Amino acid sequence: MLTKRIIPCLDIKNGRTVKGVNFVNLRDAGDPVELAKIYAEEGADELVFLDISATEERRKTLQKLVLDVAAHVDIPFTVGGGISSTEDVDRMLQAGADKVSINSAAVKRPELINELASKFGNQCIVVAIDAKQIEGKWNLHLVGGKVPTEIKLFDWAKEVEQRGAGEILFTSMDNDGTKDGFANEALTKLSEIVNIPIIASGGAGNMEHFKDTFIKGKADAALAASVFHFKEIGIPELKQNLKANGINVRL
Amino acid sequence: MKTIIINYGAGNIQSIKFALQRLGVKAILSNDAQEIKTADKVIFPGVGEASSAMKKLKESKLDKVIPTLTQPVLGICLGMQLMCNNSEEGNTEGLEIFDTDVVRFSERVEVPQIGWNTIRNLKSPLFEGVRENEYMYLVHSYYAKKCDEMIAESEYDINYASALQKNNFYGVQFHPEKSSKAGSKILENFLKL
Repeated sequence: MLTKRIIPCLDIKNGRTVKGVNFVNLRDAGDPVELAKIYAEEGADELVFLDISATEERRKTLQKLVLDVAAHVDIPFTVGGGISSTEDVDRMLQAGADKVSINSAAVKRPELINELASKFGNQCIVVAIDAKQIEGKWNLHLVGGKVPTEIKLFDWAKEVEQRGAGEILFTSMDNDGTKDGFANEALTKLSEIVNIPIIASGGAGNMEHFKDTFIKGKADAALAASVFHFKEIGIPELKQNLKANGINVRL
Repeated sequence: MKTIIINYGAGNIQSIKFALQRLGVKAILSNDAQEIKTADKVIFPGVGEASSAMKKLKESKLDKVIPTLTQPVLGICLGMQLMCNNSEEGNTEGLEIFDTDVVRFSERVEVPQIGWNTIRNLKSPLFEGVRENEYMYLVHSYYAKKCDEMIAESEYDINYASALQKNNFYGVQFHPEKSSKAGSKILENFLKL
């Protein structure tokens, strides 16, 4: 049986790991390759590297990091952040990334999803969606959640699936950084309207939250950063706990 | 020992190269028929869409070479699927090494299957030292139907063949290069064949 996945997310700036609370106030949490190896060793099912640097050299730095990770880590990983063209994706996959995650670029030009899916296969195209509730409606936000749009979350999710996304990484900006749990209602609705795997992101604070997002939120995978980076939750304990709660995980 | 990873423009070759490197093996990337024929071990990767991968294979004329190889050959993911009779994906004719067809998962389940699933009924030296129900990482929308050449099966939607073997030809649907220690063990076993 297919298992539920636990995915630590490493925010990368200029080749180093950082994690922002609500995407602001960055704190340093270590060397990405070292952290990645530790997580793989501890039983993480996948890793996500999200590049948030805004420098000219970002592409080269990120490509080098991807090569480094691929050389040392024996579990799958996704790379995202500023990926906006077929060439970007090609470079990341060539360097050894298993999947790429696209966000703003897909919103600006949705055809990009079709192009990437047909060139590389939909299994390696993750569409990341950041959304926030405005007057009770979930609206897409861009640029790390700073720029609101008129686009509705559920319409967009359906569209990205039709265009060939292999997975959706949904981050609730309302939950991100709060440590109050994942946005399970929105997650449930997402899994009802699309037939591709959903990765829940934003709000992990304790083990119960993971259990809830798998059971109530029907998520296929759960992503978190600071609770892992600052050792508030250990991955082996988390997986034991989930298993004890009847959730199928890889142990 | 000469280990070749077939490089025909449709695979996550870097990851396989690195996985072998972690086992102390320096693999050669090649799409040259002569070079491939003289290798001790051949790895046939594949990621992406079946018909375009097959087209690339034909462009380098490797579709005629692979079925004639006599040394151990390991197809991974799409590589394994292309070694079957045919695939529903893009109505692709395969290399007809494994006598089975590749079809799409039904809409009853999320497609693609992405993540860690178990493999069982392990029947090959490829799995020596690998426990029944070990977890492997899989990413695929199409699967090989069960057949006599099946050496491991998995369940998603239905039971399907997650590994195949016929004589010197081996195929695995999962990614051993991405499946942690157990995956590495399978690669190590393959190198020892």
